[in-house]
Amino acid sequence: MTDMPVGERRQLAPPVDDSGVLGWIRRNLFSSWANGLTTIVLVLAMGWVLSWFLEWAVFTANFTASTGAECRGQGACWALIREKYRYIFFGSFPYEQHWRPLFAVIAMLAMLILSADRRMWNWRLIVIWGVGSFVTFLLMFGQLHLPLSLVLFIAMVVGASGMSLRKGIGSPTEILAYRVAAAVGLVGLVLRIVGVLPGWSLAIAPLPYVETGLWGGIPVTIILATYGLAFAFPYGILLALGRRSNLPLIKGLCVGFIELIRGVPLISLLIMASVMLPLFLPSGVTFDKFLRAQVAVILFAGAYIAEIIRGGLQSLPKGQFEAADAMGLNYVQKTGLIILPQALRVVIPPLINTFIGFFKDTSLVLIIGIFDFLNTANQALVDPNWAGFPGEVYLFAAFVYFIFCYSMSRYSKYLEYELNKGTRR
Amino acid sequence: MFNKFLAAGAAVATLVTAASAAYAGKDLDAIRARGAINCGVGIGTAGFMLADSQGKWKGLSVDVCRAVAAALFGDAEKVKYQPLTSQQRFTALQSGEVDMVMGNATYTLTRDTALGLDFTGVFYYDGQSFLVPKALGVKSAKELNGATVCVAPGTTTELNLADYFRANKMTFKPVVIEKVDEIRAAFFAGRCDVYTTDASSLAATRAANVPPPRSFDDFVILPEIISKEPLGPVVRHGDNQFADIVRWALYAMIEAEEYGITSKNVDEMLKSDNPVIKRILGVTPGMGKALGVDEKWVYNIVKQVGNYGESFDRNVGKDSPLKIERGLNKLWSQGGLQYAPPIR
Repeated sequence: MTDMPVGERRQLAPPVDDSGVLGWIRRNLFSSWANGLTTIVLVLAMGWVLSWFLEWAVFTANFTASTGAECRGQGACWALIREKYRYIFFGSFPYEQHWRPLFAVIAMLAMLILSADRRMWNWRLIVIWGVGSFVTFLLMFGQLHLPLSLVLFIAMVVGASGMSLRKGIGSPTEILAYRVAAAVGLVGLVLRIVGVLPGWSLAIAPLPYVETGLWGGIPVTIILATYGLAFAFPYGILLALGRRSNLPLIKGLCVGFIELIRGVPLISLLIMASVMLPLFLPSGVTFDKFLRAQVAVILFAGAYIAEIIRGGLQSLPKGQFEAADAMGLNYVQKTGLIILPQALRVVIPPLINTFIGFFKDTSLVLIIGIFDFLNTANQALVDPNWAGFPGEVYLFAAFVYFIFCYSMSRYSKYLEYELNKGTRR
Repeated sequence: MFNKFLAAGAAVATLVTAASAAYAGKDLDAIRARGAINCGVGIGTAGFMLADSQGKWKGLSVDVCRAVAAALFGDAEKVKYQPLTSQQRFTALQSGEVDMVMGNATYTLTRDTALGLDFTGVFYYDGQSFLVPKALGVKSAKELNGATVCVAPGTTTELNLADYFRANKMTFKPVVIEKVDEIRAAFFAGRCDVYTTDASSLAATRAANVPPPRSFDDFVILPEIISKEPLGPVVRHGDNQFADIVRWALYAMIEAEEYGITSKNVDEMLKSDNPVIKRILGVTPGMGKALGVDEKWVYNIVKQVGNYGESFDRNVGKDSPLKIERGLNKLWSQGGLQYAPPIR
């Protein structure tokens, strides 16, 4: 068909190299002249913005000024951050004791990082959180007083949960130990409430006391978010189980609570806790403002977590419930050993998503006069010596928030991969 | 927890041992037992109450709390500050969370009566005014007909503004912005001709927020003050003795300025022959006993906090970045309104 002589072959051009960096660029950025033009325009625009930003943030920035006046008319005034960073991080905590909130933050981060490891998801978790919380609050308060009633309460809870979870599984001595613990706790608590037992408390007081009114900055943000979620989690589980209960009263209460809380904004709960609640209490009786905010966060987070967990419960096939029933497990055992471990595995990524949300939502406490990280940053702006540099301060705050939230989001991604190993093809 | 036990124990001890001090109200007893005043302060207002870079509360309002602590305990540092928003401040006082509020609250009849609170004096006479660029060429608020005015929403400021313009048969276009930073930015960017709020805040804005290349001198605060905003310390009804101490701690600062007693010369003043100064500083005893505090109460206030003029200059006046004029807050003897009844 062709007039090419026999034995000769047409010389074809070598194929376009689409491997390596150049190949990738050619394939993705310059595949047609329209794409090429778009790429060039975007690169130029990005370069222009970046050079403008670098000019402002680095080249003409002032890192050393001692008052805001020296900073005026130049680039970014990072000297402001240098002057105020300790206040922004730790608020009004006594200045010479700033190592305490610093180590408290480290303790909390260590606690969170350790609990992120799946190998710790057993009894170790309780130890990690017990020790971590103890260290954190000892550092923040300086003094802890463990009242007798708390010890009795813990004994009662441990005994009761052991009794129901290990029923028919544990050895008779183990069950007896749980019974004793629960009985001692219950009787002790009753006696304490009646007033027979005095209000002993174990005092651990190595450092000067710092009341919560002086707390501020990043420890407040982390405490509110971490303990808000830590307490909301079991509370949310109970709510979710209650919502699926067959008992109309329990079901009604749980549904009512969840819908009520989800129906109002967090701000209104915080205002209720800080403005309305004190008016309902008898005169002279006050709760710590920080504790009230913490409780409001817990109640709010609890309702959201309950709904997430309900999603996990509903995703379980009915056979799981029936199989557990067929094995003769009681309700607590069925829920604790069969249902929850599977349901929670499904909902961990959305739970972390909630945590990220709450980490940022806690900055709402500024409307009730608690100085979280964003609010201490705001306060730094009010100083007349340094007024007029909101951009620098908010960029700094955004940067710190980003570090926290981005690491949590990466962790969530990793966890999703880990937990789905069993179901992935 | 421990402090509460201590407080309870000490309160019982006070009740048992000091039947003679039974006239002291329960608030004062609780404060004495606690060993510190719970002082509610506003959330960050430059010059009045603001945590500095080290986290310590400073300002003119804060100094009044410190003066009360100096009078009660002889130590101006025995104050626990509770930051409160303007929604919370009176509830916190009513519920006993704080003993006094220095939240830059305007003294009005309803607050003084129906809320169950008492204002014990006026530590700063403020009032709403107007900030305009000099380039506008306006000398008086009466010339502002048709102006665009930046104002914060939901405050008496907004209502006063409307009243003033209506009373003077003028019109204006409001630009309503919630956050102070944003109002300032809008004003300096030229979105409005006039920025209106309390004169103290306008002075702060002019002192510290004018973006270059313009400066302090390119803006003027118009002379008209269109509202009365007397700011005072607030205590709750029910403990008159504590209210007296708060009232007279402030009067003592003003009285000290009037008689030229400053934190620097207070020790020499102890040797003064002037019978008034002798009475004030407790060299001639009697005043402290009448108030139920130490005889050296004024000495402690002046030594540790300073007199009213010193505190004013240091926090909001000529030695501060705000550079607010004394104006109405001059002593009565210099043409202002600050007038303390005699300490005798």
